[in-house]
Amino acid sequence: MSGMLYSLVALGFVLIFKASGVFNFAQGAMVLFAALAMARFSEWIPDWLGMENLFVANLLAFAVSVVIMFVVAWLIERLALRYLVNQDGATLLMATLGIAYVLDGIGQTIFGSDIYKIDVGMPKEPVMMLESVFEGGILINKEDFIAALIAALLVISLSIFFQKTATGRALRAVADDHQAAQSIGIPLDRIWVIVWCVAGITALVAGIIWGSKLGVQFSLSTIALRALPVVILGGLTSVPGAIIGGLIIGVGEKLSEVFLGPYVGGGIEIWFAYMLALVFLLFRPQGLFGEKIIDRV
Amino acid sequence: MKLRKLAIAASLAAVGLSAVFTTPAFAAEEQFFPVLAYRTGAYAPNGTPWANGFVDYMKLTNVRGGVNGVKMIWEECETGYATDRGVECYERLKGKHGGATAVQPLSTGITFALTEKAPVDKIPVITAGYGRSESQNGAVFGWNFPLVGTYWMGADVLVQHIGKKEGGLDKLKGKKIALVYHDSPYGKEPIALLQERAKMHGFDVQLLPVAHPGVEQKATWLQIRQSKPDYVFLWGWGVMNSTSIKEAQATGYPREKMYGVWWSGAEPDVKDVGDGAKGYNALAMQHGAEPNSKVVKEILEKLHAKGQGTGPKEEVGQVLYMRGLISSMLQVEAVRVAQSRYGKGKRITGEQMRWGLENLNLDQKALDGMGLAGVMRPVQTSCLDHMGSAWARIHTWDGKKWNFTSDWYQGDEKVLRPLVMLTSAKYAEEKKIKPRTPEDCKK
Repeated sequence: MSGMLYSLVALGFVLIFKASGVFNFAQGAMVLFAALAMARFSEWIPDWLGMENLFVANLLAFAVSVVIMFVVAWLIERLALRYLVNQDGATLLMATLGIAYVLDGIGQTIFGSDIYKIDVGMPKEPVMMLESVFEGGILINKEDFIAALIAALLVISLSIFFQKTATGRALRAVADDHQAAQSIGIPLDRIWVIVWCVAGITALVAGIIWGSKLGVQFSLSTIALRALPVVILGGLTSVPGAIIGGLIIGVGEKLSEVFLGPYVGGGIEIWFAYMLALVFLLFRPQGLFGEKIIDRV
Repeated sequence: MKLRKLAIAASLAAVGLSAVFTTPAFAAEEQFFPVLAYRTGAYAPNGTPWANGFVDYMKLTNVRGGVNGVKMIWEECETGYATDRGVECYERLKGKHGGATAVQPLSTGITFALTEKAPVDKIPVITAGYGRSESQNGAVFGWNFPLVGTYWMGADVLVQHIGKKEGGLDKLKGKKIALVYHDSPYGKEPIALLQERAKMHGFDVQLLPVAHPGVEQKATWLQIRQSKPDYVFLWGWGVMNSTSIKEAQATGYPREKMYGVWWSGAEPDVKDVGDGAKGYNALAMQHGAEPNSKVVKEILEKLHAKGQGTGPKEEVGQVLYMRGLISSMLQVEAVRVAQSRYGKGKRITGEQMRWGLENLNLDQKALDGMGLAGVMRPVQTSCLDHMGSAWARIHTWDGKKWNFTSDWYQGDEKVLRPLVMLTSAKYAEEKKIKPRTPEDCKK
């Protein structure tokens, strides 16, 4: 499941990079912010409305959180990105770093810094299969399985959105060249708001799944750092790359910890992904599915 | 323009005059304590209640009239549980308000960093229930005070407890204990003691480090599923604790066989796991959740009812709140002891505070008087023993609250003392420290 979640966060990176050329360092902070909003509103709404129906409460909280993420996207465009059109990539990266800190701080100030629960009714107990066939059997975690399905659905929807809709095509045009896109009448400010909204929704879905499993807490924002090797591996411009990269990193870090960890004292899970990314940077800098960069000299 | 200048001058004069008239002729003495806290970041859910309890007890002391009239004052600095920021906070606060009386870093990493600074600055480092275990030896670690419990003592009690469950320590032969630990100085602390006990009783210790902040543990629990240990000891902090319990649930490891250290056994660790944490055990560093204790009722009545409490009132009496409260109480009582030698009602220095900490003698009567009856056992320190008490018990989560499920255990001095002496002697040799003698202690 970690792999699927890395994929979701990496998707946020890829979407924004594809559509605006911005390497969005604030994606992790957006995951935390969205998950905090969902967790807190699903707790507050039943109190405010005096209702007990968990499904309706979650649905309302989800709707409120979506609106909040849209507002966040609009504010980011309005207050930060608007002034940085056609600026150097490093400038935009630094701006997103700043946005990450602001979101982390505001999120904890408004919603609190405790561990909060998102209960969307996902089953927690595992299922054992083939125990009679071989010792230990196969352990299937139902929660992981459902999360993988949700993530797959989201990816399919996003692919359709990017490939088949006019807005999707406009997003890709902006990604290719800001100025050229503007010259043919694509409104850059609106496109940026849209892409940050889409990234906000993927952040919300990732936050809900992760929060439902591990609780919503500040550490969620650090998973963005785990998605960096994913985008390096999969390619910064490829949606399928983000998915496959996430799965490779997710499985790779677990297997490395189980099989290599004991030989080096354990605890390698956290850096294994970065090592893998470094190897890829050496031999295939564009990643598995990224576009090869050819510069004319 | 002239009128504006005149108005500013008049305002400044008024402020100055009001200061003159409102300052009492004899200002009360004040005792300053830096509060190194973490209310943001990955460890905030656990750091916040500790800080609230810590500050609330100082407020209560002031409401009670201070220590012989000396009021407690404090300033908080956010460390985020990061060693570099902790050291920065210490440096920033140590000289304020006439100098810090003592410092409590609430982080083993920060404690390691401050251990060499404390003797230079002459500021005691109090680490109630954490820090370096060998710093119990006051002869070498003259400025460290791991009051009421060290990790070696905690690990020792856990081994005693599972030995008792198995029908005797000899029955641990051939058993396997997995230690799932925070990959930091804190998490590594119990390893030496567990390996020592493993040699004595013939059990295996499987070491499973978890990288900060501990939200990624799938591989760790797959290893546990593979090796099927008889018990899992959890040495986590913050979100790592609840993640461990959730992963245990997801991989089907029985929570009844899990034992956390006292930093892995509080409400934030289990409350959002709910029923999934049912049966999970943890060490109680003497106290557990104490909502019915007298001191808690007094804090609710004298502070929270008047809107002067720190943090939400629902948290008062919870495990980590109580840990902060007791840590605060120990320093306040050390001030009282120091005053008995250096002058009642007078502000004491860091050096005098050390004497107070080395001569703490909180008997049951004194604890009862502070509203801590049933919460903790007596504490008596000395120049050579900076821990002062080695009692602990086990509490278990029933899905809604913590309940004590064992009798009291005492860390075994026959096991602990040699390890403390050996390790502290090595430290002394490495740092070229001349250990204090009993004669030095009288000074």
